[in-house]
Amino acid sequence: MNILVCIKQVPDMGGRFAPNTFGTWFDDAGLVFRMNDCDEYAVEEAVRLKEQLGGTPEVTVLSIGPARVVETIRKALAMGCDRGVHVDDPSASERDPWQISSMIAGHAMSRQYDLIFTGMQSEDRGSAQVGVLVAERLGISCVTGTIGFGWRDGIVTAERELEGGLRGMMRLAAPALLTCQQGLNTPRYPTLPNIMKSKKKEVAVLRPEEVGLDGSLSSVAGFRTHEHKAAGLVLKGDSGDIADQVVALLDSKTTVLRRGGVR
Amino acid sequence: MRALLVGECRAGRLAEEISELSGFAVALGAEASMLLVGSLDDLPAFEGRLYFADSREYGEYNPEAHKRLVMEAVGRERPDAVVFLHSSYGWDLAPRVAAAMKAAQVSGVTGIDGGGYTVDSCNGKMKRTVSPLTPNVVLTLQSGAFSSPKLSGVPEVVRIDADPGSKVEFLGCTQPEEVVDLSRARVIVSAGRGVGKQEHVDLVRELAAAFGGEVGASRPVVDAGWLERSRQIGITGQSVAPELYVACGISGAIQHVAGMKGSGFILAVNTDQDAPIAEAADVFVVADLVQFLPALTARLKARHGGSF
Ligand SMILES: Cc1cc2nc3c(=O)[nH]c(=O)nc-3n(C[C@H](O)[C@H](O)[C@H](O)COP(=O)(O)OP(=O)(O)OC[C@H]3O[C@@H](n4cnc5c(N)ncnc54)[C@H](O)[C@@H]3O)c2cc1C
Ligand SMILES: Nc1ncnc2c1ncn2[C@@H]1O[C@H](COP(=O)(O)O)[C@@H](O)[C@H]1O
Repeated sequence: MNILVCIKQVPDMGGRFAPNTFGTWFDDAGLVFRMNDCDEYAVEEAVRLKEQLGGTPEVTVLSIGPARVVETIRKALAMGCDRGVHVDDPSASERDPWQISSMIAGHAMSRQYDLIFTGMQSEDRGSAQVGVLVAERLGISCVTGTIGFGWRDGIVTAERELEGGLRGMMRLAAPALLTCQQGLNTPRYPTLPNIMKSKKKEVAVLRPEEVGLDGSLSSVAGFRTHEHKAAGLVLKGDSGDIADQVVALLDSKTTVLRRGGVR
Repeated sequence: MRALLVGECRAGRLAEEISELSGFAVALGAEASMLLVGSLDDLPAFEGRLYFADSREYGEYNPEAHKRLVMEAVGRERPDAVVFLHSSYGWDLAPRVAAAMKAAQVSGVTGIDGGGYTVDSCNGKMKRTVSPLTPNVVLTLQSGAFSSPKLSGVPEVVRIDADPGSKVEFLGCTQPEEVVDLSRARVIVSAGRGVGKQEHVDLVRELAAAFGGEVGASRPVVDAGWLERSRQIGITGQSVAPELYVACGISGAIQHVAGMKGSGFILAVNTDQDAPIAEAADVFVVADLVQFLPALTARLKARHGGSF
């Protein structure tokens, strides 16, 4: 059995973002990079399935991006994936979801993966497209926003998150692609021995043209700061002083501090 | 510009937000038609052509069949844009339709910018303008971004058919287990991932108690098991509108803000001054919640001689 996990390296969202020269994306300078949140759930679920099946499935982890994404591939290997594929594409951030999906599908086409796990969406681009597009290109079934997963003899049961706390239950046969959502599992922290072991695992490096890069369908401009509406008052400084100011504000602007008002 | 708006039903009911699709069509100046897989007893008051298929036949969640239905309507209507809500239905179906049309897709549209569309980036800290290079475009609309005009028309129903088959079998829906009703609380103090560890959730509880209010949570806090799932606020949790909402260590992702932006007064406590919650906040306290929350709790207690 073969499993593919697709992961994206993204900046830590606490960083300060500035546009690059062309205004198409952010400038990398000063940012700290890590694995996309949803993709950790994807890695964890693949590794759990491998463990459930006594270690037989081979789990490949793939990431498209510049040289730095290898660190994130290593993290996935330390979490328990078997081998890495790095599509070395320094221009990955300029590619649209259609192009990213062309490279992933190009890689997967000849490899007969039984299951593919991706994240539901990337935190920086937030398109929630790549996983579904890969499934459409490969002509395999796809469930998005997966928050529950089970596997028995080639049959997947998946829970999908809907609005307002509702969950939809699905059954489908492999081959299938699942886009994973927060809450699917609790991703593990790699242990030191596993980090050591992961250093010896193979990471194949491929060029975008080798896996099959399509032309883009959209273009990006005007990457810019989201101007926050100026209505709010910003308070900084000593916590005690701010707390005094907040109490005064709540007194003047709300009724919540008046006695007997609690329902 | 011609737009095909794709409506949706959830748990047997027409989703209210589909009026935002009409709001968007107006903003775009587009001539709109609509598609709905739903029930003839519950049709939108949409003035125009409504391509219709019955959900008893095609299911509420059956993306393979719904894709074929959308493509059938696309074939008849030849729209420049196919527009979905960025909902669990829309983000699932839109890329399938985009792939079938070989059209660019822009997800989570919040505005129209020349020939392009504005979307959020980096969890709402940044934004960018995405322009399609293809003649047609598939869009999903971020909830709350466009006005929702009251629909008052009579649709011209056009029934359409497609192969209803699917490789994915839908087994049904399950409701959330326990329900804590936060909708009546006058004050809600919510914990976000910024609380850092489970012990610090107590700081949030103590502040909520000092206000005589309820405790809410963002999704990662619930996922970590620090608070019950039924306290989650946002699109996949509850929508609340208390008189006072205190967001502690919550960045302000649109999926969270959608569930609390109707609150009367919003106080945010965050160490990152650039956090997008600033956009929703009436007062934004730039501080470590570990210091600030006890300071505020102490003052409230002092005023009320211990408690309410
Ligand atoms: C389809 C979908 C549905 C979703 N539904 C929901 C939903 O219903 N509800 C929901 O909440 N989310 C939902 N999410 C998740 C949402 O996108 C965000 O990931 C989530 O809201 C982030 O939670 P957070 O703000 O607590 O954490 P983070 O985004 O990690 O933010 C933590 C914040 O804490 C601040 N901080 C850190 N340390 C401190 C400190 N010591 N003192 C003060 N501040 C500190 C940081 O600066 C940061 O701003 C959904 C996502 C998707 C894709
Ligand atoms: N550069 C990339 N390399 C590998 N996987 C990716 C890449 N970009 C996106 N993905 C996968 O596609 C998912 C959805 O991404 P997106 O469509 O950008 O929101 C992510 O969670 C990843 O699993």
